[in-house]
Amino acid sequence: MQPLAISHFTLANCLGSGRAATLAAMREERSGLARVDFGDVDIDTWVGMVPGLESPVRAELIGFDCRNNRLAELAVTQDGFPEAVAAAAKKYRPSRIGVFMGTSTSGVLATEQAYRHRTADGSLPADFHYSKTQNGYSLADFVQQILGLTGPAMVVSSACSSTAKVFGHAQRMIEAGFIDAAVVGGVDSLCLTTLYGFNSLGLVSGQPCRPFGAGRDGISIGEGAGFALLEKAAEQPRAPRLLGVGESSDAYHMSSPHPEGEGARAAMQRALNAAHLTPADIGYINLHGTATPANDLSEDKAVVNLFGSKVPASSTKGAHGHLLGAAGITEAIISLLSMAHGFMPAGMNTREVDPELRTDYLLGNREGRLGAVLSNSFGFGGSNCALVLGAAA
Amino acid sequence: MTRVYVEGVGLLAPGLQGWAAAAPVLAGSTPYAAAPTEIPVTTLLPAAERRRAGLPVKLVLAVGQEAFTNAARDPGTTATVFTSSSGDGEVLHNICETLASAEREISPTRFHNSVHNAPAGYWSIAVGAREASTSLCGRDSSFAVGLIDAVAQAATEKAAVALIACDQPYPEPLNTARHIAASVAIGIVFTPQATERSLGALDITLEEGAGQSVMDNAELEALRLGVPSARGLPLLAALARGVEATVDLEYTGTLRLVARVSPVSAEDRLVADALLGATAPAVSGAALAPTPA
Repeated sequence: MQPLAISHFTLANCLGSGRAATLAAMREERSGLARVDFGDVDIDTWVGMVPGLESPVRAELIGFDCRNNRLAELAVTQDGFPEAVAAAAKKYRPSRIGVFMGTSTSGVLATEQAYRHRTADGSLPADFHYSKTQNGYSLADFVQQILGLTGPAMVVSSACSSTAKVFGHAQRMIEAGFIDAAVVGGVDSLCLTTLYGFNSLGLVSGQPCRPFGAGRDGISIGEGAGFALLEKAAEQPRAPRLLGVGESSDAYHMSSPHPEGEGARAAMQRALNAAHLTPADIGYINLHGTATPANDLSEDKAVVNLFGSKVPASSTKGAHGHLLGAAGITEAIISLLSMAHGFMPAGMNTREVDPELRTDYLLGNREGRLGAVLSNSFGFGGSNCALVLGAAA
Repeated sequence: MTRVYVEGVGLLAPGLQGWAAAAPVLAGSTPYAAAPTEIPVTTLLPAAERRRAGLPVKLVLAVGQEAFTNAARDPGTTATVFTSSSGDGEVLHNICETLASAEREISPTRFHNSVHNAPAGYWSIAVGAREASTSLCGRDSSFAVGLIDAVAQAATEKAAVALIACDQPYPEPLNTARHIAASVAIGIVFTPQATERSLGALDITLEEGAGQSVMDNAELEALRLGVPSARGLPLLAALARGVEATVDLEYTGTLRLVARVSPVSAEDRLVADALLGATAPAVSGAALAPTPA
């Protein structure tokens, strides 16, 4: 595929708002997970919660107000991101910049709350705005309006691979000539559907999650947002690169990964092929690493099959939790920060690596220059996506 | 401008039961008779998966199977783009109702069916498809959002891509908050080059300004406006007529999607034959056999 420049990016999650906050936490090996304190949730678990989402979104877009869009607004308006997009809009025209957002649950919390306040005849309260909160497209519509863009927009909702796949959608639309640049990213926010849903599957840990760890017993759900501006490589010769995107389907089960990691391996292989690279070119792998017994075992087999046991790897979910639909963009940005600052981030909370797993799992930060890294995102429905990212020139 | 070819179509909508029966209706040569959408029993899923599958899954399996059969193409080796405004409203309703109760015990099956890509997941299991698959939403523009994504993918990956669009009504009280008039699903197999089965060529552009093609028949026009996936009906009508036509579809931002439909020329087919050498394999029983989960 034609590589793209990643000319600007920003993120927010439980580690803090903005690139500097996430970078500092990764440098200090500080996790942002805490015991759940969200509404009246009565599950014994830890979450990665973003503080300060109590205020509604800006007045002119108030119909979009919900936790997911508050988090979107917080993240997309920081780190000079709107200014970078405005400069691109001036260069290319606002209708030539696409908006490709991912989310798994969108504003479902608003619908959950509306169902708790049904009127005597069973109807939902009058202030419930379905289209601007619950509907998946709400996020792309909201972000497009905040950034003043007027071109293509879409939401990808393929569960936990959503915001990795947005890179592929943007890349194809640019290569096909429909647009010149793209804002990619997405948001997922805490809601009862995912907390109680993953709990019903027995996949939620009672401790901070321990990816690839011995005795790991499930995920810690987090919330977060991330955004990146993509342009053709020649436009930003010094920016880091999106080198490859690889996508596949397991065709196996709705909520369990393929036991041999066949779909995961296919996605990684396709990402390498798209980037015209070999496994030896990859300096670090940001694993999907959710910390469920089955997911990590499957991913380990896939990684070892393709890369052997020598490529340093970690899951950063011990730091920020499993951001579900926002995992792909968050972990891609952490990979970009790692390359820019010459280190490989620790897989936090994990004290002892599961002896059954053969990946070179990092228990602490490791210094080192990185030329290219790979980031994995896998989701329900057997949806797999791997990204290959290249360091800035 | 990006060109793709339509190789096969599947359709389920009120009074439009399958492409073969619906094409003359959409072309205007057979009168339209409204009737509820009939959901065929799928033969693609094993019994256990079939029991767990919701209405959207049944709709996408039906139109996907029909489109691939008409295209004589193996669904197991073809990438897919799913698009829907609604997702599974029945599941959303049940989960929100459960979460508003004292117990909050969500069914695990309902939870995994709640993801927007559940139809894509069932499809991949049903036909053994391990290629790329995505699941999109563009609210009322969901059909056009999926269409341009499938077109961009076919053109840049130089491979066949299937678009599968699907929506169905919500139960109350969600129906009042978001009314979707009927169950509608459309499947289209696109190829980057003409094949001997091509129904027509599409030249796709994005152009400034609103505007959308309408259906001549008032009932079909009401259906088009009432269901996001039915916004694709003017495109299917143009393909059914088989003559040159320009179709405007509601898109996003300040843009509309313009599809210039034209019959496939003999030269197109000659080029295709020369490039492909042989025709694509037909859908075999094995290709459509269910994969145990």
